[in-house]
Amino acid sequence: MTEIASAAVPKGPAARELSLQQQRVRAAFWFLVPMLVALVVAAAWPLLRTIYFSMTNTTLSSLYEGQWIGFDNYLSWRTLSSGRTIYRGTLVDPAWWNAVWNTVRFAAISVTLETVLGLLVALVLNAEFRGRGLVRAAILIPWAIPTIVSAKMWSWMLNDQFGIINDMMLRIGAIEQKIAWTASDATSMYAVLLVDVWKTTPFMALLCLAGLQMIPRDIYEAARIDGVHPLKVFFRITLPLIRPALMVAVIFRSLDALRIFDLVYVLTPNSRATKTMSVISRENLIDFDKFAYGSAQSTLLFAIIAVIVAAYIWLGKVNLTGESRS
Amino acid sequence: MTATQTLYRIGFYFAVVLIVFVAVFPFYYAILTSFKTGTAIFEVDYWPKTFDLTNYDKVLTQATFPRNLLNSLFVATTTVALSLFLAVTASYALARVRFRGRGLLLITILAVSMFPQIAVLAGLFELIRFLGLFNTPFALILSYTIFTLPFTVWLLTTFMRDLPVEIEEAAIVDGATPWVIITKVFLPLLWPALVTTGLLAFIGAWNEYLFALTFTSSETTRTVPVALPLLTAP
Repeated sequence: MTEIASAAVPKGPAARELSLQQQRVRAAFWFLVPMLVALVVAAAWPLLRTIYFSMTNTTLSSLYEGQWIGFDNYLSWRTLSSGRTIYRGTLVDPAWWNAVWNTVRFAAISVTLETVLGLLVALVLNAEFRGRGLVRAAILIPWAIPTIVSAKMWSWMLNDQFGIINDMMLRIGAIEQKIAWTASDATSMYAVLLVDVWKTTPFMALLCLAGLQMIPRDIYEAARIDGVHPLKVFFRITLPLIRPALMVAVIFRSLDALRIFDLVYVLTPNSRATKTMSVISRENLIDFDKFAYGSAQSTLLFAIIAVIVAAYIWLGKVNLTGESRS
Repeated sequence: MTATQTLYRIGFYFAVVLIVFVAVFPFYYAILTSFKTGTAIFEVDYWPKTFDLTNYDKVLTQATFPRNLLNSLFVATTTVALSLFLAVTASYALARVRFRGRGLLLITILAVSMFPQIAVLAGLFELIRFLGLFNTPFALILSYTIFTLPFTVWLLTTFMRDLPVEIEEAAIVDGATPWVIITKVFLPLLWPALVTTGLLAFIGAWNEYLFALTFTSSETTRTVPVALPLLTAP
């Protein structure tokens, strides 16, 4: 806030500049108002209403007749006359914890795979070879295709009877019999992971590539003259230099993975093994007429993501305003 | 060239071919399948055998799919236009004017773009019902603002920050108001940024699924991502 302080103390000839500054601040205010109003209407107000709904017993059919019940949707308990205590609410709901576990597992595995594969692809594409532009365009295809389209494409390819994946694996002898990849609980998570990794690795690769191209070539020159082993070059030079760019990509991907909805919903509908927090919240909100209960679950998801974002901004000391910090 | 170098080059090109194959094959297979009709669809083929445009004809003439395409186009275009309009002036204020709480505002906008969309679903549902927008494209335009607007503001602020300060100073000396600076000085310079930002926002709005699934309920109001899974019967 030092900039404000310096602007607010005019000395002699700076007085005219202050009026200009004031004029600009006033204009800025009116420029910001429409955007802020739009964000309040589309984001802040609905979020507050969701949190409010989570503390009522509202149902989908009677949105305005819900009564305040405090935290009962999250956790409530009642002690019976026999001395036994009965707990109710999302926080003791096995279906919810199953969804949390699915989401966390999905986020951890998919982001790890995407980062490693994205880095490998970026290293390959960073080398000079003929037709590099064409290859770069080709790897963008998975990223450019809408998620729903790729989900449908892959669900056809992973089909248990007529899918080409089963056919390929049978031919090379990797499997003995056809597998119902998306339908069976044992494999549906692999199917979701496969499609997500296929779809998102290009995005990671492009971000890594941008980082790689910022590294000055003469560093590699020097390492080559010194006869450093390529692996050592990678771990001692390349990786530390692209780490900042990589960390930003990883955090954005993780947040994206934690809220995944469309791929899971379309590729493996109703599979207990892949149901994520977003999917279970929407089911309760819209399909099962447990509007308030679903609100509580989506509020929890929001809280989890908010904590991660806050921790990231705080720990990473991200310079968001583009000003030099002292 | 030594043997190791040759081996290295073979391995390298193998990696390139593998990357391209994995990226392109599902798309290739989808196109190949789209040319099949009848029972041929249940046979696994690696090379195109038939070329039949019946499926394209069907989807474009019989189903409501053309209508869904138009819906998607309308929703995405309007969302982008609205976001860009709101974002240009806002990002000028955020990038060019110093005021108290600017950093906090930027962080808040960034935080909104990281929102899980499910967290606003219940509140938006109520709002859209209240405004009488349920099952209309305007419900989607309103709800898509939540991810296109922070994103466009953020990108345009970055672009606008990099414009040379001398241009603006010259305009101020000539007596230009902030509005004139934006429309007459910055906008012509920002065209490439507007196109890039608009394109990315368009893709986001075009692909959106959760809101479109929840806020539309009839065949003629659905957008493509919602209509598509219902179209095919695997």
